Amino acid sequence: MTALAVTTRRRNPDLAEWARRDSWTIGLIVLLGLLLGFTKLVQPNYGAFGIQGLGISIMPLAFAAVAQAIVVIAGGIDLSIGSMMALTSVVAATQMEGQSGTFGVAVVAGVLLLGIALGALNGGLVVATRVPDIIVTLATSFVWAGLALLVTAAPGGAAAPWLMSLTTGAFLSDWLPKAAIVLVVIVAAIWIPLSRSRLGVSLYAVGSDQLAAFRSGVAIGRTKVIAYAIAGLFGGLAGLSLTASTGIGTPVPGPYTLQSVAAVVLGGVSLAGGRGGVFGPIVAVIVLQLIQNDTTFLGIDPNYALVVQGVILVGVLILGSLLESRRAG
Amino acid sequence: MTIATSGLVLEATGISKTYGAVVALKSASLAVRPGEVHALMGANGAGKSTLVKILTGAVRPDGGSIAVRGRQRTVHSPAEARHGGLVSVYQDPAIIPDLDIRANLRLTETPLEPFRHWLAEFGLADLDLSSLARRLPLASLRVIDLARALAIEPDVLMLDEMTAALPANLTERVLEVIGGMRGGDRSVVFISHRMSEIGSVCDRATVLREGETVGVVDVSAGSEERIVDLMLGQIVEHSMPQAEHAAQRQDGDRTPRLSVQALSQGTKLHDVSFDLHAGEVLGVVALEGQGQDELFQVLSGGKRPSSGQIVVDGTSVSFRHPADAIRAGLVYVAADRAEALLMQRSVRENIALPFIARIGRWGLIDLHRERRTVDEAVSRLQIDARAGNEVRRLSGGNQQKVTIARWVAGGVHTMLCFDPTRGIDIRTKQQIYVLLRELAEAGAAVLLYTSELKEVQLVCDRAIVIFGGQVVAEIDRADADEATLLHAAYHLQSGAALPEELAATAVVATGGEEPAAATHEPEVPA
Amino acid sequence: MAAVAASGRGRAAAAWRTTLRDRPIIPLIGLLALLVLAIEAADFGIVTPEWAGVIVRASIPLAILAGCQTLTMLTGGIDLSVASVASMAGFVTATLVNSPGGVAQGIVVVLVAAALVGLVNGVGVGIFRVHPLITTLGMSFVVDGLANVWQLQTVQTGAGVPPVLRTMGSGIVGDVVPYSLVVFVPLAAAIMLGLRRTGYGRLLFAIGDNPVAARLSGVRSWQVLVVLYVISALMAAVAGLLISGLTNTASVTLVDTSLLPSVAAAVIGGTSIFGGRGGFGGTMVGALILTVLSALITVLGMPEPTNQVVFGSIIVIVAAAYTRVTSES
Repeated sequence: MTALAVTTRRRNPDLAEWARRDSWTIGLIVLLGLLLGFTKLVQPNYGAFGIQGLGISIMPLAFAAVAQAIVVIAGGIDLSIGSMMALTSVVAATQMEGQSGTFGVAVVAGVLLLGIALGALNGGLVVATRVPDIIVTLATSFVWAGLALLVTAAPGGAAAPWLMSLTTGAFLSDWLPKAAIVLVVIVAAIWIPLSRSRLGVSLYAVGSDQLAAFRSGVAIGRTKVIAYAIAGLFGGLAGLSLTASTGIGTPVPGPYTLQSVAAVVLGGVSLAGGRGGVFGPIVAVIVLQLIQNDTTFLGIDPNYALVVQGVILVGVLILGSLLESRRAG
Repeated sequence: MTIATSGLVLEATGISKTYGAVVALKSASLAVRPGEVHALMGANGAGKSTLVKILTGAVRPDGGSIAVRGRQRTVHSPAEARHGGLVSVYQDPAIIPDLDIRANLRLTETPLEPFRHWLAEFGLADLDLSSLARRLPLASLRVIDLARALAIEPDVLMLDEMTAALPANLTERVLEVIGGMRGGDRSVVFISHRMSEIGSVCDRATVLREGETVGVVDVSAGSEERIVDLMLGQIVEHSMPQAEHAAQRQDGDRTPRLSVQALSQGTKLHDVSFDLHAGEVLGVVALEGQGQDELFQVLSGGKRPSSGQIVVDGTSVSFRHPADAIRAGLVYVAADRAEALLMQRSVRENIALPFIARIGRWGLIDLHRERRTVDEAVSRLQIDARAGNEVRRLSGGNQQKVTIARWVAGGVHTMLCFDPTRGIDIRTKQQIYVLLRELAEAGAAVLLYTSELKEVQLVCDRAIVIFGGQVVAEIDRADADEATLLHAAYHLQSGAALPEELAATAVVATGGEEPAAATHEPEVPA
Repeated sequence: MAAVAASGRGRAAAAWRTTLRDRPIIPLIGLLALLVLAIEAADFGIVTPEWAGVIVRASIPLAILAGCQTLTMLTGGIDLSVASVASMAGFVTATLVNSPGGVAQGIVVVLVAAALVGLVNGVGVGIFRVHPLITTLGMSFVVDGLANVWQLQTVQTGAGVPPVLRTMGSGIVGDVVPYSLVVFVPLAAAIMLGLRRTGYGRLLFAIGDNPVAARLSGVRSWQVLVVLYVISALMAAVAGLLISGLTNTASVTLVDTSLLPSVAAAVIGGTSIFGGRGGFGGTMVGALILTVLSALITVLGMPEPTNQVVFGSIIVIVAAAYTRVTSES
């Protein structure tokens, strides 16, 4: 009994436990700090303006990464996020074109509902057909992309001015880009209450051990559908921020699906499900974007940024697996 | 119907369930009185687990009716069953590894105070509820699962092989608690392969055979025979094979087949030495988590030792991969069949797997030769390979035979068996005992860890006892009765009561990494 | 009597299920025949030997890419770098046309490069145990980036698809038999024989079914995986050469749109994404089905994006059918 007490009671259990559980995120934040320092070094002019640009440029991928993170935590994967963004983005842009700002609000609400519906359809198909998530969402990625092209064959439409002003410029201080604030407020407002509810616990439970979750009384199917629906909501937000930042809708999916998977993995969410959170992936998105910016500053061919991203993605995981095996051995 | 007239807490009648072509339950019935501990018995594949899963809503029956306290119920999910007063503790704990214990309790809406009470009852009062489940040892998780079930105060608590992976001291406490529920208002349905546990806590036993309830027996002295008769049906074979143990005293100067010298691994295994000779079955006896897992892992190439030597036929060897151990003639039979088998592949591919493992064998396969070898092994082990297209369709016993046949097919030099009879039926157990003796008589060396102490005297020539990672005793077959082995396993000189501290270390020492055993039928609905 | 009839019907259903599970190629060929009938009905007289030749020619590169997915999926993996490798192969060969060694040198360079990519994939997956999805995704970033860099440096040299590749990719003997069969038939035969009759093929299934069991039986899975991903990358390069010949295009993004169809063809062909189940026969039929389906949509005069919507739907339907027949136990 004494031995057990020794192993489980620590001086400062909260701090130690936090450091242990969130060590990945902490490492990532340190990496971000280093990168910011490096950026300042190579680009002495880098300042408030650069941060504002960063805020806007990360927004679509950040929302996509949050969407991906929620699905992955619940044990799935959503390969349709990029197409979903294209579809919601073109719907928003075509509907808002030439309409009043108030109508734009209705469009935004409608597009978010559309996102939820697309996500719920993904989840519903996964649950009803029992086909692996990766296949179902791969298939629906074709469907959403096809629909986007049917909505408009060429890039076009417009964003309501208020929507664009919501994401450009700064708030209070030049150092606080509006886009980043909008991002953080929306994600926090949805994720924090969610993760503390029984539903949030169920998301982790389903991703961690489905059988045990079922035996613990979790409704597996319903939880999965909800996870995908929430991801759909964030997918819709990502699509809207694409429209807001470019002012138009583009019917061809960007590289967001695969990049969101990369961001989620870098952000400390286990692809096996059940582990991680949504803020790590957001930090990972910033890191990836900064790398891209830095290569531009350094006058390096921007294509190397892609190479570096790939190398970092694989390199970080190799490092992780080495650390894991050392700890195990 | 009121409780008074029916007098039953739980009554299930005519339950049937078919999976594809496999009939899991034909017509099972179970009647549990208030305040009784009711054993559910049956050989492997008799349908016990399926019945429990149906009663707790994890699996839907094709037919039959379930009544709780006289009221008809249909249970669609474990959550519904729990609200109806039926709770089960499964072989693998229903605890989410990536959540802490508190979140796990929240998931099942378990009240905290009674949970803590039961935890204390099992000697885990100090458990930190914010520790992640995956960092806790399996034995603790099972106890937590049990405490959680008790805290809900179900009308009927179902325990499926609850004691299977528990150290002996915890088993005792669990049995005490279960025994303490007798005579109350609530009941327990108890599944165990260990006859002695049935005798010590159960009032009555329902026996299943091939998916049907074949009898209900009052448990008392001498009822064991009757239960075994019912379980086996026509083929009654009470006695285990009393293999002819030739007097195998080894000459002192003969080189041992396998010599383990001062072997240590991590914190679990310290300075273990023993010799294993050709023609010998050497038993390893230990409580859960005393370092036997590490010993077998090191010998089979799964883990590297921190120090010490392994000598095979006089040559020192070191293994970096199971392939190295296999090349040195050390083959490993695991307890967990899910770990050892390619469930979607055929019996043939499973048995032939070791032959194609090396790079040199990546080329074309000689199908005729392969078929001959495999057929030989199949008939030698009497594997029922009718459903041989996919191993997952075989019964548990047949699956275990396939894992052994894999090595027998290539000729056995030294076989390392880790609890090979865990969770399989009596008849298959006997066949495995006979096979191990035959292998030994044909000149192989066998190292056998078993959690069933009775096996030792039946199969082994002698046994070593490991405690706290060290060899604490060597016992000859003649003296290796259950009582002696148990005392040695607890590292006690006499039958004195178990000291508290010792019990606690046994719990703590249980390695946390042991994978939850057993294959489960797909029970999660769409 | 009624009972007998019912059980007879039950048996028929069970036999049907068994067929679909163990010999998926039979119902798949049925589906293919139905599609061909449909296209003939939609445009009477279109189905001719010449038409068949064109369909087969278009299916061959897709079948090879889908072969990469089949082999990797058998081990529980996936190869998302095939499209990048294939594009790179076609493009780099075209840029080396005017080099001293000509086309032959180009092809050798490309195959070596592909083998290196496969080697990195294999080392990541097999030795460092990084999830195949992530490893190959990361490598696709790297390959894309490097190919873009290469493009910028060679943009002046005047790249052109060499005539040899054009013949190989798009030539048709006697208006019926595509040239590319010269490459494809031996390749397909080697894959099918390899999977059924060699130790290596068995090991692919074994690792996909249960990596722990494979290890306990003495299989060093890293050896198998490293070789596998090299094979996959080489096949992707071959497919890329054929595609650039077929389309007479050299572009670093040429094959990108074939990535998801390559997974789709393997899935339709009955290979399980979880590993341990599947084969190349079904994959070839899967590639044909997808090609005929696009042709059908074109014939029906539907807008091109409809293609994608139908593709997605059929993947879900076929995969759901497989899941139904294989999950009973």
